[in-house]
Amino acid sequence: MMKPLRDLLDKLHPHFTEGGRLERLYPLYEALDTFTYTPGEVTGGAPHVRDAMDLKRVMITVVLALLPCFFMAMWNTGFQANSAYALGGGALEGGRAELLQLFGYGADPDSLFDNLLLGASWFVPVYLVTNIVGGMWEALFCIVRKHELNEGFLVTGSLFPLICPPTIPLWQVALGISFGVVIGKEIFGGTGKNFLNPALTGRAFLFFAYPAQISGDRVWTAVDGLSSATPLAVAAEGGQQAVVAAISWFDGFFGTIPGSMGETSALACLFGAAVLILSGIGSWRIMFSGLGGVIFFSTLFMLIGSETNPMFSLAPHWHLVLGGLAFGLVFMATDPVSGAMTEEGQYIYGFLIGTMCILIRVVNPAFPEGVMLAILFGNVFAPLIDQLVLKHHIKRRLRHVEG
Amino acid sequence: MEHYLSLLVKSIFVENMALAFFLGMCTFLAVSKKVDTAIGLGIAVTVVQTITVPINNLVFQHLLKPDALAWLGVTGTDLTFIGLICYIGLIAAMVQVLEMVLDRFVPALYNSLGIFLPLITVNCAILGGSLFMVERDYNFAESVVFGFGSGLGWALALVALAGIREKMKYADVPPGLRGLGITFMITGLMAMAFMAFSGIQL
Repeated sequence: MMKPLRDLLDKLHPHFTEGGRLERLYPLYEALDTFTYTPGEVTGGAPHVRDAMDLKRVMITVVLALLPCFFMAMWNTGFQANSAYALGGGALEGGRAELLQLFGYGADPDSLFDNLLLGASWFVPVYLVTNIVGGMWEALFCIVRKHELNEGFLVTGSLFPLICPPTIPLWQVALGISFGVVIGKEIFGGTGKNFLNPALTGRAFLFFAYPAQISGDRVWTAVDGLSSATPLAVAAEGGQQAVVAAISWFDGFFGTIPGSMGETSALACLFGAAVLILSGIGSWRIMFSGLGGVIFFSTLFMLIGSETNPMFSLAPHWHLVLGGLAFGLVFMATDPVSGAMTEEGQYIYGFLIGTMCILIRVVNPAFPEGVMLAILFGNVFAPLIDQLVLKHHIKRRLRHVEG
Repeated sequence: MEHYLSLLVKSIFVENMALAFFLGMCTFLAVSKKVDTAIGLGIAVTVVQTITVPINNLVFQHLLKPDALAWLGVTGTDLTFIGLICYIGLIAAMVQVLEMVLDRFVPALYNSLGIFLPLITVNCAILGGSLFMVERDYNFAESVVFGFGSGLGWALALVALAGIREKMKYADVPPGLRGLGITFMITGLMAMAFMAFSGIQL
């Protein structure tokens, strides 16, 4: 069945090789070829690593690990909006409504299908814009700079829409992913050479460039003008009591709360964590030390307590299921490119991220959520941490040698 | 005590000299190629800053400020107009002393810092520290804490940048951006990550 495709690729091959008419577009051909088939080339020089786990497999595994988050992104976006319609009595109007009714949309918050359908109508455009615009930049850089187009972008392109609020305007999506891909990654030479997570770079850029439109209470539910605070914003106002009054812990765990599209469900992230750890792609050291940092500091703040800052009272198990903490720790902090590489370094790096996240959430009134900036902050210090750990190793070994 | 602690945290992170105010950029960009040198320069700047800000504070509080000469029995004076030249003179003197000390006791560091050690004199982070001290009217104890904190914050940013730039050896930067260009980009991105602290009220 796959034979015709292989034949076609082989037939096209001469055009893209040196001297061919489409020589400049070789990276695009190569990407399609190796995306569909195992590459025929082998490493030219020593050393040879014999492992089936090449860059492509790694990236595809991450995308697979993200699948539950995709599902939850669509379901929860739809669920939030449908629930809002059911409560407020309004209804979806305009072109979107007409389109969805073709598929049999019924606006029932209990119906899996209705939720998924409505959610998809918000999520899929964001996803498509991300991948088309980001992919275009990626291809452009590949052609001009003659490096391979690879699946690294699939991961960035999957992470970015998941950390956007559902109502984000599509031009902002395009702008954000452009910044993330170009400034966050391509100017350093592409996949594996950047020092910040590209998806987070783009998201942080949007966050600071359009603070009024990308945060606040109105963006989290895909219903026009509806104000729905994220639980973290609720906690910043009224502390743990207010959160407990609004939602149950399991709401946060399963992810039926307002928030960025893919980040709400801690359960989906746990599934992703299991896949990443079992396949050895994500570092369990980073995840666990990050968890440690979060639990340690949130407990500390809870014990200290504060008269004026209600955020102090939020317990560790709440911190873990609210906002993007689980998503960030599992999928973003463990990015093998921008994270720490050495084993000891990973413990320090993870702990730093967990600590910073709680610090920003609790102490900094400017941002209700801290995971994004905490991970970027960790990224900035990751190379230094690695350096110092390596130096420490060299010193220790030197002592052994010198006796 | 709490006041000093929050001043320290504020001067290190929230009002980071390099990444929030972008002061001392010439040295910041030039001496951040290697972590070791960066640590050396970072320590030098922290030391100079911890000494010069309090000394300038004494000069400001007891000589230059309006009516500061009251202890001599002279009132109605206002010498703040010669402030700038006094501060920079004191900084230059301090750097000279530090240079001689390093040359005598840590020649390796002295050599690796090279021209950038005397250039600390004209490092705007150092003068900026003294001017902030004047503007915010710190007392002596506060100026010690602020001097140390702002120096340390600058050093921290410098060492982090050096770490990133050592990693950049493996990067494949477009030719037009190599060198300073990409370093400016990195600095900007680092500043974005340091925005994590902006807005903290201490």
